[in-house]
Amino acid sequence: MQHTGPSETLRAEPRPGASVEARDEGGALVLRLAGRLDAAGTARVWGASEDALRGLGERRLVLDLTGVEYADGAGIALLFDCVQRAERKGGGAELRGASDEVRGQLELHDPDVWCGGPQPGREHAGLVVEVGHASVTAWTEARDLITFTGAVASALLFALRHPRQVRWRDVVRVSEKAGVNALPIIAIIGSLMGLILAFQSAIPMKKFGADLFVADLVAISLLRELGPLMTAIVLCGRSGSAFAAELGTMKVNEEVDALATMGLEPVRFLVVPRIIAAVVTTPMLAVFANLCGLVGGAIVFLSFGHPLVAYYRQVQGAVTHVDLLGGIFKAFVFGIIVAAVGCARGLQTGHGASAVGHSTTRAVVSGILLIVIADMAFALLYYALDI
Amino acid sequence: MSAEGTTPKDEGRDVVIRARGLAVGYGKTVVQRDLDFDVYRGEVFVLLGGSGCGKSTVLKTMIGLLVPLDGTLELTGASFVGADAKERARLLRKIGVTYQSGALFGSMTILENVSLALQEFTDLPAEAIDLVARMKLGLVGLRGSEDKLPAELSGGMRKRAAIARAMAMDPEVLFLDEPQAGLDPVTSAELDHLVQSLVRDLGMTFVIVTHEMASVFAIADRVLFLDKDRRTAVAIGNPHDLARDSEDPMVKSFFHREPLSEGRPA
Repeated sequence: MQHTGPSETLRAEPRPGASVEARDEGGALVLRLAGRLDAAGTARVWGASEDALRGLGERRLVLDLTGVEYADGAGIALLFDCVQRAERKGGGAELRGASDEVRGQLELHDPDVWCGGPQPGREHAGLVVEVGHASVTAWTEARDLITFTGAVASALLFALRHPRQVRWRDVVRVSEKAGVNALPIIAIIGSLMGLILAFQSAIPMKKFGADLFVADLVAISLLRELGPLMTAIVLCGRSGSAFAAELGTMKVNEEVDALATMGLEPVRFLVVPRIIAAVVTTPMLAVFANLCGLVGGAIVFLSFGHPLVAYYRQVQGAVTHVDLLGGIFKAFVFGIIVAAVGCARGLQTGHGASAVGHSTTRAVVSGILLIVIADMAFALLYYALDI
Repeated sequence: MSAEGTTPKDEGRDVVIRARGLAVGYGKTVVQRDLDFDVYRGEVFVLLGGSGCGKSTVLKTMIGLLVPLDGTLELTGASFVGADAKERARLLRKIGVTYQSGALFGSMTILENVSLALQEFTDLPAEAIDLVARMKLGLVGLRGSEDKLPAELSGGMRKRAAIARAMAMDPEVLFLDEPQAGLDPVTSAELDHLVQSLVRDLGMTFVIVTHEMASVFAIADRVLFLDKDRRTAVAIGNPHDLARDSEDPMVKSFFHREPLSEGRPA
């Protein structure tokens, strides 16, 4: 190889490994690579090679590989990148002095075959396409929800007509996990809720000398609203997510498909026991939350210097069995929502571990949203019925 | 034993993996013992044996996931046993592993799966990493699938993507655990061709656990035959030679797909 003398870019790496040197030779740019072009060596010379090629213009590029001892995938990527840049500028490129090993690597990776042509990039959809996709997704989800609701209603009717077909052992197991095991958290949150309500209401009420009515406020708030709502939200985060994760993992592991092919309807086999368990345990947990909240309120009431009997009479006078039953009915409906949404999201799980996490998140988010919407509907209904 | 060492030679051939008196297993349960074998650079070495004989346990010990219960096991003259984190990382850079299920990260695209190790362990710029990852995917015939998630690929494509990921750092040895499991004969043969071309053109070394006898005869230079009942290797050599010459009843029945004896399942 004849050298016409260095005339421009000269970059040599001081560190051992790989080096690159550029010089002009008879109107062509010669890039002399040397050393080990492995991941570490290539990383060192990549930037220098790019710098050298900036001044290439329309000249031909000659990649002199005489000094290259070794090249792996990273080294071949560098060679290909240089060739591609030279061809884009119009001067073309040639390789010179490649060892058999480097040639083997080049032939195997064969960038002309594997990487030829422009790399396909992600297409950015326009607004209309995005809106279209979102609409189709929303419609599909709505249709799935209606289908699922129908399947669940049908399975529950079947369970009512054939109670012996229900997997009661699963119902007991789920009731224990979702209900009994939730008692401590419900007790803590319920009693704290009663304490907070009493303390927060005590200040304005004292101003009017009405601190006796703190008991009324706590009782009405808890029994009609906060007891069932708080219980449902806790259950949604605790059990709805567990249902989604459990069923989602079964879906990913093809266990749901196995059930279906064994002739076991997944909704009847997996969803019905969970809904029955939630329907039974949620109202009971709501009553328990009410009791704990009333105890919390009583503690604050006593701290104001009032006797416990006054608290009892105030509560007795403030709420009736209609308030209690209204709250219990709400908890009943919330229980259905928590279990049904958790199971639906679980059965809608796609593929892979990330899909399970996605389903779990969706179960909690849409569960809480539906609970609040249902609560608003109850508020309107109770108002209209003057309950 | 240190993780440092030089690659031993045996009759002029580089020994990449050397096992002497190796016993493998879990806790106190010995699955295989008294294993003596060498794996040479540039060969396809197959671990063969019946279900449950401990092939995958031997493989897991070779890649440092399990500690040998006894004996020595060296990878290019060094061992995982007693290696500190730095030495262990250096040893792990020499190997690539694909698992039976593919074990691709489901939340990442195929390209991201292959790029991961390059991003974590090299100083290559992003465009270089992208190019290397695309070339590795092209090498295994997955051009055009770069932006797909593993769940969107067929079983064979997932296996090939797993090989591309294992090759991302250009390791010296590739360990494949049941690469043909669940693949159709055509895809399985394509995988064999890929292994052969990587050995021929790049001089890579393969250690493969497989039951696929057609593949064993096509690509294996040597096989190590492990026996479940005797808990040790009963034969080592070229598969064609073993199929023709071995007198061991287990080896014979395995290579000729015959029942071991009357009344006993093969």
